Amino acid sequence: MDALILQLLNGLDKGGAYALIALGLTLVFGTLGVVNFAHGAIFMIGAFCAVTLRKILTISTQVRDESITLFEAYKEVPILEAKYPVVGSIIVDYSVPLAIIAAIPVMLALGLLMERGLIRHFYKRPHADQILVTFGLAIICQEIIRHYFGANPIPQAAPAIVAGSANIGAFLGLGDNVVYPWWRLIYLLFSFIVIAGVFAFLQFTTFGMVVRAGMQDREMVGLLGIDIQRRFTIVFGLASVVAGLAGVMYTPILPPDYHMGMDFLVLSFVVVVVGGMGSLGGAVLAGFLLGILQSFASMNEIKSIVPGIDQIIIYLVAVVVLLVRPRGLMGRKGVMED
Amino acid sequence: MSKKIITNVWSRRDVLKASAATTAITGAPLFFSRHAYGADFLNNPGDSGVVTLGFNVPQSGAYADEGADELRAYKLAVKHLNGEGDGGMMNTMQPSELKGNGILGKKVEYVTGDTQTKSDAARASAKRMIEKDGVVMVTGGSSSGVAVAVQGLCQDAGIIFMAGLTHSNDTTGKDKKANGFRHFFNAYMSGAALGPVLEKNYGNDRRAYHLTADYTWGWTQEESIIASTEAIGWTTVEKVKTPVGAGDFSQYITPVLNSGADTLILNHYGKDMINSLTQAIQFGLKDKQVNGKNFEIVVPLYSRLMAQGAGENVKGIFGSTNWHWSLSDAGSQAFVKSFGQEYGFPPSQAAHTCYVQTLLYADACERAGTFEPCEVVSALEGHKFDGLGNGPTEYRAGDHQCFKDVLVVKGKENPSSQFDLLEVVEVTPRAQVEYPVDHPMFAGGDLGTCNNGA
Repeated sequence: MDALILQLLNGLDKGGAYALIALGLTLVFGTLGVVNFAHGAIFMIGAFCAVTLRKILTISTQVRDESITLFEAYKEVPILEAKYPVVGSIIVDYSVPLAIIAAIPVMLALGLLMERGLIRHFYKRPHADQILVTFGLAIICQEIIRHYFGANPIPQAAPAIVAGSANIGAFLGLGDNVVYPWWRLIYLLFSFIVIAGVFAFLQFTTFGMVVRAGMQDREMVGLLGIDIQRRFTIVFGLASVVAGLAGVMYTPILPPDYHMGMDFLVLSFVVVVVGGMGSLGGAVLAGFLLGILQSFASMNEIKSIVPGIDQIIIYLVAVVVLLVRPRGLMGRKGVMED
Repeated sequence: MSKKIITNVWSRRDVLKASAATTAITGAPLFFSRHAYGADFLNNPGDSGVVTLGFNVPQSGAYADEGADELRAYKLAVKHLNGEGDGGMMNTMQPSELKGNGILGKKVEYVTGDTQTKSDAARASAKRMIEKDGVVMVTGGSSSGVAVAVQGLCQDAGIIFMAGLTHSNDTTGKDKKANGFRHFFNAYMSGAALGPVLEKNYGNDRRAYHLTADYTWGWTQEESIIASTEAIGWTTVEKVKTPVGAGDFSQYITPVLNSGADTLILNHYGKDMINSLTQAIQFGLKDKQVNGKNFEIVVPLYSRLMAQGAGENVKGIFGSTNWHWSLSDAGSQAFVKSFGQEYGFPPSQAAHTCYVQTLLYADACERAGTFEPCEVVSALEGHKFDGLGNGPTEYRAGDHQCFKDVLVVKGKENPSSQFDLLEVVEVTPRAQVEYPVDHPMFAGGDLGTCNNGA
């Protein structure tokens, strides 16, 4: 029972990340019709917003370490903490949550720049061209990050108050073995809030209504005198913000490195396909479903029956779903079928 | 009375005799002085004033930082071999035939390749170096999969391979080759060195849970660590293989909580180790008490670059390493000084082994008097040396594995600087980590015969 609860939480947590990335991918595909392979890179750049903010907050004076004489070694003394010991250390401690505020304008600007500067030139081109150009863009983003930050993962700490684990077992009366890191629980809550926010935005605002109408029939909305293209550009920016925030919040879980976006991208595409191309609900559902299945497949009891199942489960499910429901779990007729 | 006619015309017999004599006379010096001239061989630099070495390191991918450090070390070695800079460990190496005038009087040049930490990419770049750039030796790499693949290629081509960072038992075990040499230590040695230290610190009644990277290096390390921990009385609760580059290891870590294990052994390296260790700490394993004991984590293979990536999480965690920049012997100090002056920070263990391999190859060529691969192999086999940072060391002839002391290290509780992350807790003597050539963990391979590519 303990193991099942823990794997369920793992699955939800993993699924939250998949769902957030897949949500952005689906938004872009559903509105602009572009298969955006650079979306993983946007997730990674979001994570590096957190790294950059922490670097800025911990800009240090270097005090020579006299005990090391073979080369110049320094002890880093952060200026902010040195000047304002209490407030400074609190700000540094909360650098990841603070990075959310910093990342929103950065990711929005990056998304708009990408769409206006490059991707809009490929709207009328075949999907193969779109995939090639966005994949190339992803590699360029990766290499720029690698150039400035190196290839090694860069650890990012969660605020000290949530650095430990929550004793869920004691809360549920299951004993002390059901513990789960606070930050992962926060990430799960965060993913629910962002997903709900995106749906609410599309469902309950005039902007969202127009976007949904545009996703159904772009030409008709245009004939009504609405500049749907401008709104779709903003949707691209919104998708970038969602992916970027997912990246920021993931940094205490997975020390970010330049390749982390690519690791998630492939799985997120599988999520989009399983959920149904262009279906926002499908993307979220498939994200959580595949995350949970992946976690359960990693249990030793399951692996002892089917060795290696943890590494193929997602693809196996994708094959089965596509055989039974060729348009995915919640796919719409006519999407990518022309 | 018959009259003998004397003519100057050679008979057929005379011609045959003369041919045999000429062959014997002209051939004899080649037989007796083959060390000086040698038979022809692949990429013989001949009369050229330069000789080219091939540095095949990961310049992209997960190990790019480690590859960059390897490349720095190679460039420094080339500089020292050509008589530039302060000479580094050339001043401390014993015995040494190196003179600072290149190798055999030829200026050393180099070409580089990107292994991408992928076997096929590594083989392709090594092939290009051999066929297009005419290198006499290929060296480098940060993965055992790559080392085994490139070693096989070099054996088939007839080129010497001086392995970089490769820790799998297989490199000098079942996949060993006559043309390949490894200075770096291996998984068996890690286990043999760590066992007594773990017993001393954690006792002999522990239940260990293994998470293991699912490829050649992970498998051999798991086997080696299990052998050494079970020898001190520990029990192995579970062995779980994890995909390389899994990223999120939470689904593999949570079963540890309920397994009854009180020790987690992470047979991971590089990014996988950084991620699995970070996540194990997040799940509160280090704060747990199981079977009345504090839960402990062990990382059998450590590097400073990994420690930097894992940050504070390495504190108090035991592991082993081939070399560490804080060693106080003359060779290590000379290398750290030289490297530090050149680049502004201390070298990693990967940089150290690559630098040493380059000097050892150059010295072997000098002692052999030729670049001919089989002569170089003979010069390296059984060669004993000192002053290169690991104490007295021997390249064992039977498997081309270096035997030397092994370092057991621990993540420092209070690092004094950004480089001061690991402390050496024990230098395990060579005798403790030595094993016979036909040890079961290394069985199944055949060194074969040297190939000079002619």
